[in-house]
Amino acid sequence: MAEKTAIVSPLPGIFYRRPSPDSPEFVQAGEAIKVGDVIGLIEVMKNYYEIKAEEDGVVDQFVVGDEELVDAGQELVTLTK
Amino acid sequence: MINVKKPGLQTTVQDRGRIGYYEIGMPPSGAMDKYAFTVANLLVGNDPNAAVLEITYLGPVLEFGKAMKISLTGGEIPPRINGQPVPMWTTLEVREGDQLSFDFVKGGARVYLAIEGGIAVPLIMGSRSTYTLIGIGGFEGRAVAEGDVIYTADMRKKEIPVGTRIDPDLIPAYSKTHEIRVVVGLCSYRLTEESKQTFLDTEWTVTPEANRTGYRHRGEKLHFVEREQPFGAGSNPSNVTDLGYPIGSIQVPDGVEPIVLLHDAVTGGGYATIATVISSDLDRMAQVKTNEKVRFVSVSLEEALEARRTVKQKLGVIAQFIEIGM
Repeated sequence: MAEKTAIVSPLPGIFYRRPSPDSPEFVQAGEAIKVGDVIGLIEVMKNYYEIKAEEDGVVDQFVVGDEELVDAGQELVTLTK
Repeated sequence: MINVKKPGLQTTVQDRGRIGYYEIGMPPSGAMDKYAFTVANLLVGNDPNAAVLEITYLGPVLEFGKAMKISLTGGEIPPRINGQPVPMWTTLEVREGDQLSFDFVKGGARVYLAIEGGIAVPLIMGSRSTYTLIGIGGFEGRAVAEGDVIYTADMRKKEIPVGTRIDPDLIPAYSKTHEIRVVVGLCSYRLTEESKQTFLDTEWTVTPEANRTGYRHRGEKLHFVEREQPFGAGSNPSNVTDLGYPIGSIQVPDGVEPIVLLHDAVTGGGYATIATVISSDLDRMAQVKTNEKVRFVSVSLEEALEARRTVKQKLGVIAQFIEIGM
C-alpha cells in the first residue's frame, strides 16, 4: 500500500488551483510533484499565498475544489508517496 | 538585531498608533489588539508605546542576533524556539542564534511579539506603526520581508524576570463564534426597523476580505428607508452626506455585506454608518478569522464605557502583578 499524506492550508481563505483565471491548473490528480512545487493559492486579506508541497509525492486527489472557502488546518490535497 | 528568515503572511511593526491626524484623513494604524499589545510590552519591561511585531494568521521565522528577552501574546499561533514549544503570555529569553517559528494558527488571528527595548524604526508623525496602504511608518512602510534585519531600540524601562507569567484568568479565550458589542448609530435611522433587527439577529460570516482596514461580513441583505437623497449624498440609498467614520463603525454599501472599519481605514465618506464596535471589542475583532461567525450585540454608551473601564482595570492588575514581580 502506498503511504498517504495531505497538504493542509495554513490559512483561512479562498483556494485557487490556477495562478490566474486564464492559466492552466498548477497540478492535476495523478501528477508527480516535488518539494517546493506550488499546488495552489490561498487568497486572504488581498494577499495570495502560495501553497507548496513539503514532500515529494503523487497527487491523489483534491479535497477542496477551485475557488472554495477553506479554514486554517483544512486538507487541500492528498498525496501518495 | 533580528533576521527575518521567512516573513509570514503579513508581519508589521505596530505601536499604539498615529494618534492626532484623523481629521486630515490619516487613520491611526497601530496594534489591532491593544490588550495583547499592551501585555506584550509589559512582559519585557518596555515603555507602553514601544513598537512590536504584529503577526497575522501565519507566523514568520526569525533568528535572533543576540540574547534578549521577548514575549508573545494574542491569538493562539503556537510558538517554538529552536523547534521546542514555548509558552505565550510569558517573559522568555532567547540566545544568539535562536530561531523563533510558529505552528499553524489554532485560535484567534494575531500574535504580538515584543522585544526587550522595542523595535527601532523611525518615528513618522509621532508613531512607529506601519500604514501599508500608503507605505509609511514601521519597517520601510511595508510588512517585513525575507532577508530584512530588524534592530532593537532603547525603550526598556524595567528588568522583568524570565518566566514571569500572566494569570490565566486574564488571558482572553478565542472561539470561532464571536459576540461583538456595538453602539447603534450614527446613521441607523437610515435602516428600516425590520433591517435594524435583521442586523442584530443575523449570524454573519467573515469573508476573506478581512484585514487591518476592515472586516467584511456575509449574511442577510439590509434595506434602507426610501427617501429623496439630500444634497451632497450619493444616489444609492446606503449613501448619506459625507461624515467622519468612527473607528469600528459599520457601513453597508448597497445594503449587502456590512464592513467594520478598523485601524487602517478611510476616515470619512458617504456611507451610512449603522453601528460602531465598542473600543474594548475592537481588540476582540482583531482576533476574528475569515470564515468565523460574528453576531453584533447592541449595548448602551454607558455599557460601552463600563466595558472600557473593565479592560483598563485588567491591564492595571497585570501591570501591578508584573511590577511587584509575583
